[in-house]
Amino acid sequence: MSEKHKIEAGHAVGQPVTLRELESHVKGQTVYYEDVKVPRMLHLKVHRSSVAHARILDIDTSRAEQSDGVVSVLTYRDVPATKVWTHFEAVGIAPGAEPILALDKVRWKGEPIVAVVAESLKQAEDGAAKVKVTYEKLASVFDVDAALAPGAPNLFDCWPDNHYLFPDDHAAAQIRFGDAEKAFAEADHIVEHVYNTRPIEQAPIETAGCVAVPGSDGRFTLYTNSQSLSNTRNNAAEIAGISPARLHLIGGTAGGGFGGKVDMAIEPMALLAAMKSKRPVKYRFTREDEMTVSSTRAAWRVSIKDGVMQDGRIVARYVTTHQDVGAYLRNSIYGAFKHASHMPGPYTVPNVSADVFCVFTNRTPSAAMRGFGVMPASFAIEMQMDRIAKALRMDPWQLRLKNAFRNGDMKAHRREVWDAALVETIQATARLSGKDLPEDYKQMSSQKRLGS
Amino acid sequence: MTAKLVQLTVNGREEHIAADGLISLQQVLREKLDYNTVKDGCTQGGCGACSVLVDGELALACLLPVSRLEGAEITTLEGLNESNSAGVIQESFVEHSAAQCGFCTSGMIISAKALLDENPTPSRDDIMEAISGNLCRCTGYLPIIEAVQSAAGKLAKGGDGE
Repeated sequence: MSEKHKIEAGHAVGQPVTLRELESHVKGQTVYYEDVKVPRMLHLKVHRSSVAHARILDIDTSRAEQSDGVVSVLTYRDVPATKVWTHFEAVGIAPGAEPILALDKVRWKGEPIVAVVAESLKQAEDGAAKVKVTYEKLASVFDVDAALAPGAPNLFDCWPDNHYLFPDDHAAAQIRFGDAEKAFAEADHIVEHVYNTRPIEQAPIETAGCVAVPGSDGRFTLYTNSQSLSNTRNNAAEIAGISPARLHLIGGTAGGGFGGKVDMAIEPMALLAAMKSKRPVKYRFTREDEMTVSSTRAAWRVSIKDGVMQDGRIVARYVTTHQDVGAYLRNSIYGAFKHASHMPGPYTVPNVSADVFCVFTNRTPSAAMRGFGVMPASFAIEMQMDRIAKALRMDPWQLRLKNAFRNGDMKAHRREVWDAALVETIQATARLSGKDLPEDYKQMSSQKRLGS
Repeated sequence: MTAKLVQLTVNGREEHIAADGLISLQQVLREKLDYNTVKDGCTQGGCGACSVLVDGELALACLLPVSRLEGAEITTLEGLNESNSAGVIQESFVEHSAAQCGFCTSGMIISAKALLDENPTPSRDDIMEAISGNLCRCTGYLPIIEAVQSAAGKLAKGGDGE
């Protein structure tokens, strides 16, 4: 490591630090999960739903079982313990609703139904193509408004309104602060708008994958590029009905992830296949799988209504957000909580009400991506700030500086601000970009609010 | 299908490969010969992670059927490491922090090597063109371009690249 990149105690901030793995990266010697060679390894291919929403009438695996090189074929019957599960069960999130392999219904095009394990990937693919599933198609929904409309096709019996029920049967993750209704009545202006973001695939260059290896001691070693090793270990053990102590996960090196390798879509399946086949099994998304069936960032619909005074102060903010989680909840409640906690943004608004819904549709399940829930919140808020500035014919820089939170202010989720830096950040941005601010705005500080 | 026996030189070593049908150079290098620097990001010529040199020219190993490569000389990053012929480029990548997850890096170094062998004084546009087939998703293009520029500068001053 070159001298200039070493960190000295007390002098880390603002100093570049050399990535620990950089030397091995440039020589191509970093070991990714796929670089580990395991003898007698089998390959797995999943037969997936070809329709977005249907009842399964029949699953015929007879031709797949007879196919060249096929060693084992798994359906939901081969899931020993937890046939339907949910990602945050360990912290009390219920009920489990996502099957490892589909039971009686499929809820998105691409849902796993049968896993075919064979000597080569080509043989596994050929075998998977020979599975025959008979469907009774159901009406589907692909948009949050359609899913919430009366009489919409319903995905889950336990959630009759197509949205998740948070603990204590709350329909949404909620923020309540001050008296927004009263403040709206007293506001000079009302500014409202709806903001939409669309799904994006995280698209790491290394696709998600895992090699599950049975050991002679009854333990299993999982080589994986998961971004969430501990959760993956606990959930995979739960699904397989074994103690987590019997799973040894080796990972921590991912060829990109960006939230796309948090979902545990791979490891439980590879584990079950290795248990049934009694041989090492590799399950790896092809690039096509990664682009078509791996979870994406969600589509978010954020409706904001603000009460604003003529001088630019925002006195009330209503937010209603619908996160299109797709067909299964996965980690989406975490994104919903982060989104809710981020409201009303880095601004001090004394009266806030926010409701963040997780809405089920027949789309590919969605997941984390770079600022889970926060990116759509920031996007919507900053677009709204510009809209307010335009409505008041006010400079958008000044509007933000006026409303930016200061140390000592109370945030809507009731954490006092102690590390505010937005005022100084905007002032620095103005200096660097040649934006001239009035003198009183140049004098503003995160330490105290001037003139109010 | 009968396999055709193909003779290749990989990193200076002679190899005899039974080439079934369309088996690719990538499969042979990764799976049969254990050259792990040849990454598999897409298996369809889209990402550049499997870049190698074939007779000194940049190539995507996943798109080349081995049966078409009789007599070819293949160089992977392992080969460049052995001869230390990419040392200056690698040093510049480290200095510019031009890698994050590292998965695209082998291919990037190979592309940089192919460029500088052909054109020792590339412009910024030449560099961008040369790495345009190598995708990076950790948003590292700027440090990568700077690293290649810096390596070219060092080599022009008589660095120990070869």
